[in-house]
Amino acid sequence: MSSIKVKSGYVRALDLKHGHVEMAHGSGGRATAQLIEQLFVAAFDNAILRLLNDQACFPSSGGRMVMSTDSHVITPLFFPGGNIGSLSVHGTINDIAMSGAQPRYLAASFILEEGFPLIDLKRIVDSMAEAARNAKVPIVTGDTKVVERGSGDGVFITTTGLGWVPDGIDISAHRASPGDKILVSGFLGDHGVAVMAQRENLSFDTTIESDSAPLHELVAHMITVVPDIHALRDPTRGGLATALNEIARQSSVGMLVQEEYLPIRESVNAACEFLGLDPLYIANEGKLIAICSPADAENLLTAMQAHPLGKHAAIIGEVIEDTHCFIQMQTRFGGRRIVDWLNGEQLPRIC
Amino acid sequence: MCLAIPACVEKLTTDNHAIVNLSGIRKTVSLALVENIQPGDYVIVHVGFALQRLDPAEAERTLAFFAEMSSLDNQI
Amino acid sequence: MKYIDEFRDRNLALQIASQIKSEADPAKHYQFMEFCGGHTHAISRFGIVDLLPNHVEMIHGPGCPVCILPVGRVQTAISLSHIPGLILCTYGDMLRIPTTDGMSLLKAKAAGADVRMVYSSIDAVNIAQNNPDRQVVFFAIGFETTVPPTAVALQQARAANLKNFSVYCNHVLTPPAIAHILQSPEVRELGLVQLDGFIGPAHVSVVIGSQPYDYFAEEFQKPVVIAGFEPLDVMQAILMLIRQINTNRIEVENEFSRAVLQNGNLKAQQTVADVFELRRTFEWRGLGVIPYSALKIKAEYADFDAELRFPIEERSIADNKACECGAILRGVKRPQDCKIFGTVCTPDNPIGSCMVSSEGACAAHYRYGRFRDHQSSISARV
Repeated sequence: MSSIKVKSGYVRALDLKHGHVEMAHGSGGRATAQLIEQLFVAAFDNAILRLLNDQACFPSSGGRMVMSTDSHVITPLFFPGGNIGSLSVHGTINDIAMSGAQPRYLAASFILEEGFPLIDLKRIVDSMAEAARNAKVPIVTGDTKVVERGSGDGVFITTTGLGWVPDGIDISAHRASPGDKILVSGFLGDHGVAVMAQRENLSFDTTIESDSAPLHELVAHMITVVPDIHALRDPTRGGLATALNEIARQSSVGMLVQEEYLPIRESVNAACEFLGLDPLYIANEGKLIAICSPADAENLLTAMQAHPLGKHAAIIGEVIEDTHCFIQMQTRFGGRRIVDWLNGEQLPRIC
Repeated sequence: MCLAIPACVEKLTTDNHAIVNLSGIRKTVSLALVENIQPGDYVIVHVGFALQRLDPAEAERTLAFFAEMSSLDNQI
Repeated sequence: MKYIDEFRDRNLALQIASQIKSEADPAKHYQFMEFCGGHTHAISRFGIVDLLPNHVEMIHGPGCPVCILPVGRVQTAISLSHIPGLILCTYGDMLRIPTTDGMSLLKAKAAGADVRMVYSSIDAVNIAQNNPDRQVVFFAIGFETTVPPTAVALQQARAANLKNFSVYCNHVLTPPAIAHILQSPEVRELGLVQLDGFIGPAHVSVVIGSQPYDYFAEEFQKPVVIAGFEPLDVMQAILMLIRQINTNRIEVENEFSRAVLQNGNLKAQQTVADVFELRRTFEWRGLGVIPYSALKIKAEYADFDAELRFPIEERSIADNKACECGAILRGVKRPQDCKIFGTVCTPDNPIGSCMVSSEGACAAHYRYGRFRDHQSSISARV
């Protein structure tokens, strides 16, 4: 043993291949520091984070700021088209972007379960880093806690974002007014179906991938063409139906949607037929709903379609007066029905 | 009641099962309740079981009946 | 989606609609009952009502196995799920049904019970095989369509000599329920409800065939058209019923000929006969006790009968007094005629059976159709 020279303060490097999250990684001691430096800082690498302070300090440009926070829990953690890491970056960027703001900084907080393989954690952190880099929104501060085995589901990630709203932009879900047109940026339901296909008790094979994507550049492009967009929302949990009902309630209006204009992939429809689900309630992670005046609608549509994330954008309906705030849908078949709020969790059914 | 969907049998697998395909969604279903199923057949799938082979000639007949009616209507 | 999209074609729908309009006698009022929740769902989801003239009216029948299951049996399933170590498997449809004390299988799960949603009866058998130290109960529901898969599960469990698998059987039968409605005093003697014909079940008939409906045409003098669950199937069936009435015919016709044979699926019937026999009586929520309207597990499979394996007491729990589900299921009242519809009783807080599943008459009207009750206040401009 004497032949091995140990440097003072030496800590064995994190075993990112075979190691697991241990309680010590959340203790605040050397193991925590090591996890932060060798995994998080190495991956997220930026000047502010590198200072290793408990907070991020950056200059402000004045004007209106936007802040949003979002907790991410998902089973399974890895799915076609992404994982909880990329999802947690895109989710918060999109929440910021739906105000018309440009997201500038992100904070990320991790709750890790004891025993979680470090190799999986590295995959998640790397994909967060890549998502943040591609979106040009750095993760500048963060936190890590470890809970005992059995007290978590592998990894929970909370991200918080900060952004600046350009002058003259007033986008809010209470601004929808009768006559306004309703647009969506592309195919609906991809994320939810891609995730569902991975669940063991439903397992079916499909090539559908999650649409998880950052929408802030699409939004920036949209507001340069039509600055007076009335409302934006990303239809995540609960899908299009839930998002439209929320906007309708906030604006005290009704809506009339044309089923034939809804962009939905045939395979998403097929999965829904199998499981007895309605694609309008299936989650999206890279789509937005835009509401604008009828005069602006065609311009906005063209602008959206010119962007890669809005290629399949469509005008799907219009805002109408309705004290009941019903979302009605003209069915492809020629009839009408309500698109109601979701009742509880959407469960596959057999009858 | 009784959600069931017609899907195309793509391939027979072991243990009297088959992989069916509905517009790119593939699922393994049991053939325990049907007989003489061949790849290319359409079967009605309910809770993971093929319940019946769909008769393509009858489907055509039904559709033709709809169409006939519309052409009839056009003549009026 | 082949064999689906063709049967949802709008242009053909409009053609059939105009044919219905031209053939339906304006001096008559046609009232047809679609027995199945599947048809109710199609009518609501595709907005078929808007394509029908006012004097052709659809009455939603009791063909939703979730809706008609008495609360007592749901409570029994919840009690089973509380047995330490037991895994209760069931279809997604059953998880949310509330009992009178506000419990549900989902809530039982939240409170610690091991309740698992399965997509197929075979999944439940697999769970039993993978958990040999634990009892696994499959809480089985459904009409004739869903019975054969349960029968196969029981056959497999017996072949594998599984000691830890059993079925809590709640399978019910369609023809006795139709007969019950036709024999109800409102329909038969009092003439309060005019029922001019039935749209017969799609996938139930795939299994049992078209022959069992001959009885209704003969005994009750009611036309029956068996129809698929796609919207064009429903439209076509309505047209066929109108034609029967206009030409004074009373027959069983089969619009769903692409999947329904006169004798049904004999292999499926044999499988069912191997495992199940008739139950002397069964209580239907909203309709009451109907003789020979359900199935029980045969003595040969008694080892797999959860009702024999576990101490289960039959509990009959009355529905809320204000609830009109019974009358709605028999076609005497419409959902919007019920005092508590949409006020106390909503899909989020269902009081009666018809609000429980999205295929129930009240839930379908609430979720898809209730804007029609307020139509005057809506200024649609498209």
